[in-house]
Amino acid sequence: MTKKRPQYYLYHILVGGFAVLLLYPVIWLFVSSFKESGDIFVTAGSLIPNPFTLLNYAQGWEGFGGYGFGTFIKNTVVFVIWMLLGHLISCSLIAFGFARLKFVGRGFWFMIMLITLMLPYEVVMIPQYIIFSELGWLNSLKPLVVPAFFGHPFFIFLLVQFIRTIPRELDEAATIDGANTFQIFYKVILPLVVPALATTAIFTFYWTWDNLLGPVLYLNSPEKYTVSMALNMFLSNETVSNWGAMFAMSIVTLVPVFVIFFIFQRYVVEGISTTGLKG
Amino acid sequence: MNARLRNNLWGYFFIGPFIIGFLAFTIVPMLASLYFSFTSYGLFDSPKWIGFENYIKMFTEDPRYLQSLKVTFIYVLGGVPLRLAFALLVAMLLNAGSRAVGWYRTLYYLPSLIGGSVAVAIMWRNIFGDDGIVNLALNSVGLDAIRWFGEPTAALWMLIFLSIWQFGSSMLIFLAGLKSIPSSFYEAASVDGANFFQKFFRITLPMLSPVLLFNIIMQTISAFMTFVPAFIISKGTGGPLDGTLLYSLYLFKQGFEYFNMGYASAMAWVMLLIVAILTGIIFWTSKYWVHYESEGK
Repeated sequence: MTKKRPQYYLYHILVGGFAVLLLYPVIWLFVSSFKESGDIFVTAGSLIPNPFTLLNYAQGWEGFGGYGFGTFIKNTVVFVIWMLLGHLISCSLIAFGFARLKFVGRGFWFMIMLITLMLPYEVVMIPQYIIFSELGWLNSLKPLVVPAFFGHPFFIFLLVQFIRTIPRELDEAATIDGANTFQIFYKVILPLVVPALATTAIFTFYWTWDNLLGPVLYLNSPEKYTVSMALNMFLSNETVSNWGAMFAMSIVTLVPVFVIFFIFQRYVVEGISTTGLKG
Repeated sequence: MNARLRNNLWGYFFIGPFIIGFLAFTIVPMLASLYFSFTSYGLFDSPKWIGFENYIKMFTEDPRYLQSLKVTFIYVLGGVPLRLAFALLVAMLLNAGSRAVGWYRTLYYLPSLIGGSVAVAIMWRNIFGDDGIVNLALNSVGLDAIRWFGEPTAALWMLIFLSIWQFGSSMLIFLAGLKSIPSSFYEAASVDGANFFQKFFRITLPMLSPVLLFNIIMQTISAFMTFVPAFIISKGTGGPLDGTLLYSLYLFKQGFEYFNMGYASAMAWVMLLIVAILTGIIFWTSKYWVHYESEGK
C-alpha cells in the first residue's frame, strides 16, 4: 500500500470532526444524566461528571403518579407488538395483491394508496377521534392499533416494490404443482420477502416507540402511558432541579432505538435508500 | 366459476383490508371533517351549520392563525432547502471518501434515527437553554449568548436547526443516487477539462434530479405537518409570543384544548389544500429541472 497523502488525513479530520460535532448534544445528554441535577448547567461545558451519580436513574425509574417507568416501558412494548402484528399481516397481504394479482380496479386502488401516503393526518384526526369516542375506545390502545390491521401505505409500497423483484417463474412453477393463490402467497412469496418485512418491522418499531400525538390524544390515565407520554409528563412537571431524572429517562428511551439500529443496520439503510422512507 | 371472476375475488381478498381501512379510517373521516369544517362544533354541542364562517374567520379575525401560517412557512421554506442542501453536501463528501465511509454514514444518520423522539426534543430544549451548551459555544467564539426562549425568531430557528440536524435520511437517499451515476461520466468530463462546478451542475445535479424531486416533495409535506418538536420544545404553548406555533400545533390546540372542532376541521382542510398546491407547484416546476434518463438520448 502506498503512503497515505495529507489529503487523506485532512478528509478524516474534517468528516470525523464534523460527526463528533453533530453528535455532541447526544453525548452531552448522556454525560449529564450522570451528573447531579444541580450541577448539570453549572458544569455544562464539562464532559466529566463530578461527582458521578446514578441517582437520576433511580429517581427517574420511580416514574410518577404511583407508576414506575417500567410500567411505561411495558405499555410501549405492548403497543409495539400490536402494531407489528397489524402491519406485518395486513401489509404483506395487501402488497401481494397489488404486486402479483390481476384484477379489475387494481391501478385505481394502487393510485388511491399512493395518494393516502401524502394525506396529512390532521384531516382525519378529529372525526377519527369522535368515531373512536362513540365506540367507547378512548383511554385504550384500540384507536392506535386497530387501524394498523388495515395496512400502512408506506410499508405496502415498500413490499410491493420488493415483491416485484421476485421472478414470476416461481409463482408459475407453484401453480403447475397445484398451489392456489393463497398458497403461492404463503409458501412462495412470504419466505422471500423476509428482508422487506424486517424493514417494515424496524420502522414500525421506531414510529410506534416515538409516537406522541396518538398517545396524547387517546391515553389519559398514567397507568396506560407510553414512554413518550411519560417523558412529556416529566417535562410538564419540570421544576428547577429535576433535570437529572428527565435526562436519565430520555437516555433510557433512546437505548432500545440505538440497539435495534446497530443490530439491523442493513435493513434500515436499504429501506431508506430504496423507497425514500424517512427515518 | 370462470378464471376472471376467480382472479377478481382473489385480488379483492388480498387488498380487502386496505379498502375497508381506507373507507373506515380515511374516506368517512375526511367527509365528516369536510362537513364539520362548515359548522360550529364544540365538545358538548352538536354541529351547527354556519357555512363558510370558519374559513372567513381564519383569514380575517384570527391573528394567531395568520401567525401560525407565517411561522410554518418560514419553518418549511427555511428548513427544507437547508436540510436538503446539507444532506447533498455531506453525501458528496462521503461519496468521495474511501473505506471508512460506512462508519461515517452510520454516525451521520443517527440524528435522523432518533430525531422524532420526545427525548431528543427535550435534549434540544436544554442545549439551547440560557446556560446551555449552544450559548457556551457562542460565548467561547466571542459572540453574545442568545435568549433562545425569549425571542420568537430565535425560538423558531431553534426548531429549524433541529430539522436540519436530521439530514441523515435524505443523505442516505442521495448517497444511493450518487452511487448509481456511472463514473465514466465524470472521467469523460475530466478528459474534456471540466472543473468541479461544471461536473456538479452538468452531471451530478441533473442525474440526481429525480431523487431530489421526490425528496423535496416528501420533506415539504412532512415539514408542514411537524408537531412533536414544537409541542415539546414550547411545552405545548407554541411560545414565546406564538413564535413556534406551527400549523399542526395550533390545529391541535384549537381542536383539543379549546374544543373548536369545527374550526380545527376547517384548518385541516386549508392545510390539505396548501399541501396539495405546494406539491402541485413543485411538480409543475419539475419539468424545467428534473432530468429523466430515457429523455434526450
